[in-house]
Amino acid sequence: MKLQRHGILAGLALTATFALAACGSDNNTASSPSTPTGGSSASASTISCATGTLNAQGSTAQQNAINQWVKDYQTQCSGANIVYQGTGSGAGQQAFISGTADFAGSDSALTAADQPKANNRCKTGPAIHLPMAVGPIAVVYNVQGVSNLQLKPATLAKIFSGKITTWNDAAIKADNPGATLPSTKILTLHRSDSSGTSDNFTNYLSTVDPTDWTFGHDKTWKGPGGDAEKGSDGIAAQLGKTDGAIGYVEWSYAQADSLNTAKIGNAAGQFQDLTAASAGVTIASAQTTGTGDDMQMKIDYNTTAQGAYPIVLVTYEIVCEQGNSSTALPLLKGFLGYTSSSAAQQSVTQLGYAPLPETVRTKVAATVAKLS
Amino acid sequence: MSQPSFPGSAEAASAASADSPNDLTVEDDTRTVDIPRHRSGGRGPVAPMGGGGALPTRRRFGPESVFRWLTTGSGVVVLVIIVAIAVFLIAKAVPAIRADKANFLTHFQWFPDDEVPKFGIASLAIGTIYSSAIALVISVPVALGIALCLSHYAHKRLASGLGYLIDLLAAVPSIVFGLWGRDYLYLPVEQFSGWLHKYFGWIPLFGSDGPYGKSILLGALVLAIMVLPIVTSLSREVFRQTPPMNEEAALALGATKWEVVRLAVLPYSRPGLIAAVMLGLGRALGETIALALVLGGGFGVGIDIIHDGGNTIAANIANGFGEATDIGRGALIASGLVLFAITLVVNVIARAIVYRRREFLGSAV
Amino acid sequence: MSMTTLTNSPQAPLTTSLQTRRLPLWSLISIGVGAAVVAYLVFKIGGLLDAGWVLTIVGAVLIFLIVLAVVSTVVEGGRSARNRVATSLIYSAFILALLPLVSVVVTLVNKGKTRLDGTFFNNSMRNITAFDSGGGAYHAIVGTLEQVGIATVITVPLGILAAVYIVEYGRGRLANSIRFFVDVMTGIPSIVAGLFILAFWVLIVSPHFSPTDKPFYSGFAAALALCVLMLPTVTRSTEEMLRLVPGALREGSYALGIPKWRTIARIVLPTALPGIVTGIMLAIARAAGETAPVLLVAGGTPDRNFNPFQGNQESLSVYIYEQASLASKYGPPRAWTAALTLVALVLALTVVAKLLSRRTKLNQK
Repeated sequence: MKLQRHGILAGLALTATFALAACGSDNNTASSPSTPTGGSSASASTISCATGTLNAQGSTAQQNAINQWVKDYQTQCSGANIVYQGTGSGAGQQAFISGTADFAGSDSALTAADQPKANNRCKTGPAIHLPMAVGPIAVVYNVQGVSNLQLKPATLAKIFSGKITTWNDAAIKADNPGATLPSTKILTLHRSDSSGTSDNFTNYLSTVDPTDWTFGHDKTWKGPGGDAEKGSDGIAAQLGKTDGAIGYVEWSYAQADSLNTAKIGNAAGQFQDLTAASAGVTIASAQTTGTGDDMQMKIDYNTTAQGAYPIVLVTYEIVCEQGNSSTALPLLKGFLGYTSSSAAQQSVTQLGYAPLPETVRTKVAATVAKLS
Repeated sequence: MSQPSFPGSAEAASAASADSPNDLTVEDDTRTVDIPRHRSGGRGPVAPMGGGGALPTRRRFGPESVFRWLTTGSGVVVLVIIVAIAVFLIAKAVPAIRADKANFLTHFQWFPDDEVPKFGIASLAIGTIYSSAIALVISVPVALGIALCLSHYAHKRLASGLGYLIDLLAAVPSIVFGLWGRDYLYLPVEQFSGWLHKYFGWIPLFGSDGPYGKSILLGALVLAIMVLPIVTSLSREVFRQTPPMNEEAALALGATKWEVVRLAVLPYSRPGLIAAVMLGLGRALGETIALALVLGGGFGVGIDIIHDGGNTIAANIANGFGEATDIGRGALIASGLVLFAITLVVNVIARAIVYRRREFLGSAV
Repeated sequence: MSMTTLTNSPQAPLTTSLQTRRLPLWSLISIGVGAAVVAYLVFKIGGLLDAGWVLTIVGAVLIFLIVLAVVSTVVEGGRSARNRVATSLIYSAFILALLPLVSVVVTLVNKGKTRLDGTFFNNSMRNITAFDSGGGAYHAIVGTLEQVGIATVITVPLGILAAVYIVEYGRGRLANSIRFFVDVMTGIPSIVAGLFILAFWVLIVSPHFSPTDKPFYSGFAAALALCVLMLPTVTRSTEEMLRLVPGALREGSYALGIPKWRTIARIVLPTALPGIVTGIMLAIARAAGETAPVLLVAGGTPDRNFNPFQGNQESLSVYIYEQASLASKYGPPRAWTAALTLVALVLALTVVAKLLSRRTKLNQK
């Protein structure tokens, strides 16, 4: 008797579930036009379609670019399904080594300890680094009444090492003649998770000002004080609601959230605004290291080139040169082939990335073509 | 969260008059006396009564024994799961603890992913216990007030409606409290922290001069709100179990309502209340996602509650798991093992109290 | 103590006629209004301690309590004063507890309604970048329903059978320990359940089901983690309900020569059914809101995935967590709308469960 009533209830719930399942859609291209800045849709000629599912994860620094590329690719190729989770470089490498990710996005190269593990995972071929997205790191701030902040590297290092604690400190005043600075306390924001962005940023600080920044460089933040946030998302979100906060995020996050970015003093003695061009100047001076098809890039933070914005990071895709699973390989080649095309590199400049230098890009594209 | 213990008993209990504990003995009778009598259908020798030959004889693989083994197996699954949790966590934790270059129990930092992994549970464990303790300090008095209000003060009808509201508070998922704490409660707490420091900065608890906001205080407030419904529901049930005779005796002696509560209700309920608070503590210790959203993180330890920062074992797992390497993952599992042990001890103590005083508490907890 | 108050009272002789002077209602109201006005003047206008509205209200309550205590002591005597203060405190605890509930609901509705549109319920997050406004939680809703559905299908028979064992068959040490650990298991933190399934299912078992021998996340793993959380809840509530089934019903059945297992299946369980269903629905409501375990073992994905056994799957709570921490300005509104959806789902389940529990004919304590 009552059983029947429950049966009816369950039946209703089941019907509702199926009804829901029937009317949902996975296709967002029609209903949600992207902003005009984002992704000029790539011409079909640069995309070679493959079907299947690709699982990837890693660096949040390249997430906005990857998402755009995934969108372009999936829009062109209906059978492709690419998942990129922005879990952080460390996690990406870990997932790649354990085999849960087909490729990993990473802001820093594999450590000497991890490289053999990654090679093992690939069975027949080594794991290689492919530079894919170049993302300048923006120093972002939220100080009421201040909109044109300029910081010398030493000032930046002192702020993040806690030696400068208020915004009207003499050192900041000296960098910003004529600006009215409040006496607000400085809140430094850093990443709580292990991140290549932290590694690159602290690497920059320890390179340009080793006397004030004595904490070396590491994927985990070792500096004192401040507020730890998970992911660049977290830093951007927290910064938006905290007066007196300063932090570092990839430029694309500063763009997505319209945050104030500081001008940074370079080795040529200029305060340089962050633009695609000024980041490009620094990248042009970068050197490629690594053996064979493995390509790692070394950025010169002390470049004396005119108009260079010095804090730039290169993010890699870590893939197996050989020994990819046969199910993932076509899509892997198709997708990375697209991302290393000049159209794809250009399409993300408006999202806060700088294109790879042409010589590097062609070499990456050639390597992708012979993955197996 | 131990909501399940009283499915709908709120309304029913308020509808039924607070009955004498005699009911309990009746209930116990059905358990201790009836079941042995029924066992004849199961295993024991069937007493021959009258035409015993006509009765179905017990078969070795009949539906009865199949059903019996099915239920026994399901019961054992519970024990298997508890043991399996411990076994699998230990299996994954041991290699990481072996690789640890610092003392796992006393080291304050958590850097398992470095070249030289160094991590220790100390600051996380302290943070977990500290934030839970503050949450209880905030929520227990309020919860007891509400429970008394529902059991002894408010009108029956009103009490059942309001009790319903409190139960709904328990049903709200923790992620929603986390979101609310981060996006809404954050600002008032930040201002309140500044105010506390300005006027009460001489108390070490409020000694920090900022930054404020994502602090232990915010975490403890969110936790307090989440623990509140549990402690309330449990202690309400406990208060209801007070024998009416005791209350009426106090009333007959001319006691005011508060004196009835103080002299008859509270002493009678004490073990139940301790259990309720312990179960609330268990919930607070294990709360994950809300704290992952509202706490500032870091591994500093201090008595100060308004400074940005604070971390707990569970929040550290949720925030750190995605990025962890092999050792890092093992390290987090090891910290999960510690959390499991702490909550297990707290729950076992609470349950032991409940079981010992079962005659008082009946099915309440 | 009552003696001293008697002598202190200016109207001592009156008490001999079994009557004491009571404060009339108007005096209480005027004390309340007076306290509010004084607090407003001192704190808000006078600016004592930089007070805002909150402190003004707190101050008003404090002044009210102090004045009430003094006036009542003078007029009615100390015992009555304590009674009045305690009563006021208990009621204010209640109001204090309602504040966060109201605040959560108001914030949820306010922030949640911005994205409450067709797109939200009909679209996934596939092809939505940080710069795109659209997108929805369709895939997350499907994921939640599937994971909770699978967990329910696994847990319900297991939980009910375990409860049957505890109540009907269990004897001695095994049954007692199962019963005890079911209670203890309700206190296991959800993150520990997630870690357990990760260590056991995802890392050790799942490679055997994968064509590439690699561990993989899945909605089914999330369902398993939810099982660990639901099992004690279902068992515990079923156990409570079975105990309430009168022994006479069982005895009647046995007297008719019906075997024990059929008695349980046809008499005991149907009698307790409404209560059991209530417990199950509360367990489902709890499971639907869990974030941490799903985050660890289902992975999350922007695409819809109908297959719970293969590949990453989203759930509503994980979706909230992801969107809440997205830097895109479109993220938080999505998170709030998803939170509203989740709360609506959970509350609907809870309310239905509570209504069902009223249908039971068993006399709950």
